[in-house]
Parts: sequence; structure tokens; C-alpha cells
Amino acid sequence: MNINDKLATLKYNKDKESHLSVNNDICINCKEKYCTFICPANVYEWNTNKCELTIRYENCLECGACKIACSKKNINWKYPNAEHGVKFKNG
Amino acid sequence: MNTNKVDVIVVGAGPSGVSAAITIAKSGKKVLIVDRSDAAGEKNMFGGAIYAKQTAEIFPEFWNSAPIERAITEQRIYMLTDADSTLLSYRYASKGSYKAFSVFRSKWDKWCIEQAVKAGAYYAPKTIVRELILENGHVTGIKTDLEDFHADIIILADGVNSLLASSIGLKKELKDSDVTVNVKEVLQLPKERLQDRFNIDDEDGVAAKIMGGPLKNMFAMGFLYTNKDTISIGVGVSLDELKKNCIKPYELLEEMKEHPSIAPLIKDAKIIEYSSHMLPEGSFDNIAKVYDNRVMVAGDAAGFVDNMHFEGTNLAMLSGKLAGETAVFAIDRGDFSASTLSMYYKKLEKSIIIKDLKTHNNTIATLKNNIETITSLYPELACEFFETLTAADEIPKKDKYKKFLLKVIKSGCIRKTIPLGVFAMEKCLKR
Repeated sequence: MNINDKLATLKYNKDKESHLSVNNDICINCKEKYCTFICPANVYEWNTNKCELTIRYENCLECGACKIACSKKNINWKYPNAEHGVKFKNG
Repeated sequence: MNTNKVDVIVVGAGPSGVSAAITIAKSGKKVLIVDRSDAAGEKNMFGGAIYAKQTAEIFPEFWNSAPIERAITEQRIYMLTDADSTLLSYRYASKGSYKAFSVFRSKWDKWCIEQAVKAGAYYAPKTIVRELILENGHVTGIKTDLEDFHADIIILADGVNSLLASSIGLKKELKDSDVTVNVKEVLQLPKERLQDRFNIDDEDGVAAKIMGGPLKNMFAMGFLYTNKDTISIGVGVSLDELKKNCIKPYELLEEMKEHPSIAPLIKDAKIIEYSSHMLPEGSFDNIAKVYDNRVMVAGDAAGFVDNMHFEGTNLAMLSGKLAGETAVFAIDRGDFSASTLSMYYKKLEKSIIIKDLKTHNNTIATLKNNIETITSLYPELACEFFETLTAADEIPKKDKYKKFLLKVIKSGCIRKTIPLGVFAMEKCLKR
């Protein structure tokens, strides 16, 4: 089962603005790009054409791993606004 | 007089926060517990099971009314090789003396906060604390998106990331090696089929740890819990291992689910939820500074997790209770200084929390250093032993056992195990 099928089981209330942000200039020079594989919700993807980090913040499970994993400490991580983000029915 | 003033504010309605709030409310003090989710538990996830004895200290005989799934009556350890496995199982009668219960956090946490409210706590859901209010360098309140609240004491029970404890310098920034990333799926299966498959009765349940196989040679552990008509299955893996091995956590879980010894357990079960959560890798050196003037830190926020023994919610509840008791003492005394609140740390030291964290201080480092022995060699030898014992063929038994023993010796198993044994003995015997 791929990650999109897994994420499709979840209930989200998408916020208008992203609660995750980066300075893309720093990402351009980042060799490791750990965020693109350690994230349990596959939120981060490197767009080679645009030379830009795509952040699908609406899929975020709010675990906080990316903030720690980023070798450049470049992820500005906060909780989504109240009543937004993921909701676990079971958990 | 500030109308938004209470005796104590607790940030976070997880196990530690709720325990603190209940303890304080029961003593008649005014306590406000704020939580960022719409309903407590909706942002939380764990394996998982709660431990009966310590939970009952906060919620006596909770099993009569709380939303529990199953009483855990069997603990399994699956030792996997690439294709085979050796299963260890400990089964016990639970009637009258429960050890643990599988629960879902969104249901369990909701029930717990209801008990806190019944005890007299004020509960503010949908409330995110973006920052703490400081006066003369001391925490005196919280800033939320809507309004400010003030209190004599603030208890930070805001989970593993605890941005608030970090913001006032009580918590060091977490490193890759300090945390595990946990991913889990809840898989649905008709109750009868589930019970037949796991060989359990109506109310009984299985908890399993899974090591080796797809998880070999890395600090990663699989887990499985049976619920009423669902199975919770997941993997916890150290963040530094994910980075080192370029692994996606959900792909690791998929590999584990496909192992020939695991796949039949979850066959035909339909996924109803995927989730993830980060856990601190409990060690004494990594715990936060847990008190200062007018503030205390409890639960995951403080780093109170015993990964070795899958303990976390119990330590969270206990630390919340101890922080709550300290807050009540300080309010009665009218003194909220760090020196009064140091009582919290003294209580922690007397409890299993600090004792166990000290015992495990460098355990994880030692496990990581010996990870191939533990997750690869031991499962292989265990399977090889059973293979030797059970294979009926033309080879004389003496030759078979000789071959097995030579393999054990050549594998370096004994040489590799002695330091682990000595390490464990030193931990237990040292005073």
C-alpha cells in the first residue's frame, strides 16, 4: 500500500496557510534533503524543475520529525491553527 | 483582579496533563487545562496499551467505565530472520489482576478529560498556546490565539516537541538520536476471526514486539496490539537510523507487514487509519530541567519514556500526579519559587521515573552498538536451533548439534553476548 492510500484514511481540516515553511535558498544547497524521506506523511518533495521544495502541509501528521531531521535547521515548524490539521479517529 | 486568573494552568490534555489537573482539582484549587485539539486525544497516537496498576492510581477501577479495547493476556516477541521466525509468548490469566489494556487514544484521552472536568478542572479545547507570558523572567501566564490566561503555576505537559519548555530554556533542542519516529496502522477484522487468529477469548488481547527481519541491523522495533475488532500494527525507528539508511518509515512498516510470519496475522484486514507520532528515547541525560520558578514540565515534554520496556503513558501519568501534588503544596504555602517546586524533582527521584531513567541512561547507546547481534544474529541462531531440533533427515543427531554449536561459536555470539550480560548485570547490581 502506498503512502497516499494510507493518508486517504485520515480526516484533515486544511488550514488556509501552511504551518510549515523553509528558506528555499538554503534547501537549494542542501545535499541530504532528509525531509524528503524521513517524513511519515511524505509532506516534502524536491521539485527539480522549479528547484523548489514542495511542502504538502495539508498532509502533515504534526509529529515534528522534520524539524529535528533537517541538517540545516531550516524548517520553521509550528502547530496548525486551532481546529485545523489532522484528526485521528482512533490514534 | 484579573478574571482570567487561576491557581494552575496545565498545557496539554494528554496523560500527564490530565493527571496533574485531576490531582489539583481534587484538592479544591482552580485549575485550567488547555489543549490544542478539538477534542482531547485527536492529535495523539501510541501503540498501544495502558498499564493497569499505575493508571488505576489516577482512575480507580477505570476498566469498569473507561473505553478499553481488550485486556492484554499475552505478550509475544517475534524474532524474525529474512524468511523465518521464532516466536516467544508469555500468556497469563488476567481475571482479577489486569496488567494492561489496549486502548485508542482519541477515545481514552476523551474519557480522561471528562473525569478531570468532573473533578472540577476547567477545560479549554481548541486552544493553542503560542507563547508563555513572562514577568521579570518568570512565567506568569499563557498567550493563546483568543486571550491571555494567568496563573501562579504553569505545568507544561505539551508533548514530545514541547515548544514551550524549549522557549524558556528548560529543554534542549532534540537531536536525531533522541527520538524515534513511529508509524502505525489500524486494521479492521471481524471480531470472531480476530479472536480465532490470535487464539484469544472475548475480552482478552495480545501485545507483540517484532524485531529483526526487515528491521534488522537498525534501532527499530515493530509492535502489534489486538483491539476489539481491529489490529494496531506499527514500527518505531530511531530518526538517526532513518537518515543513515535513507528509509521512509511507512515503507519499513510495509516490509514488516509482508514478512511471511507477520502477513497471515493481518491478512484480509482492512486499513481504517494510518497515523504517526514521535517519541523521546528516554535517558536520564536527555530529560528537561523539569522545574523553575512558577513552572514544571511533565510527561513526554520532560522526556519521561522508558523505550526499553514500552513505558510512557504510565510515567506521564505518574509525573503529572507528582507535579500536581507539588503545585497544591506550593499554593497552600503561597510560594511558587523554584526552591519550593524542587519538591517535584525530589518526588520524581523517589519514584520509578528517575530511578529507571538512570538505569537506562546509556542502555540505548549500548543497544545501538550491538544492534546487529541483537536484531540479526540472535533471531538467526534461534531459528537455526529450532531447525536443528526439528529437521528429520539422514544426518546423525550428533553431527547436527555439533554443526549448530560450531556455528554458535564461529558467529562470535558468546563473545558478543558477554559484554551485554556484564552491562546488564552492572546496571542491576550497582547501587
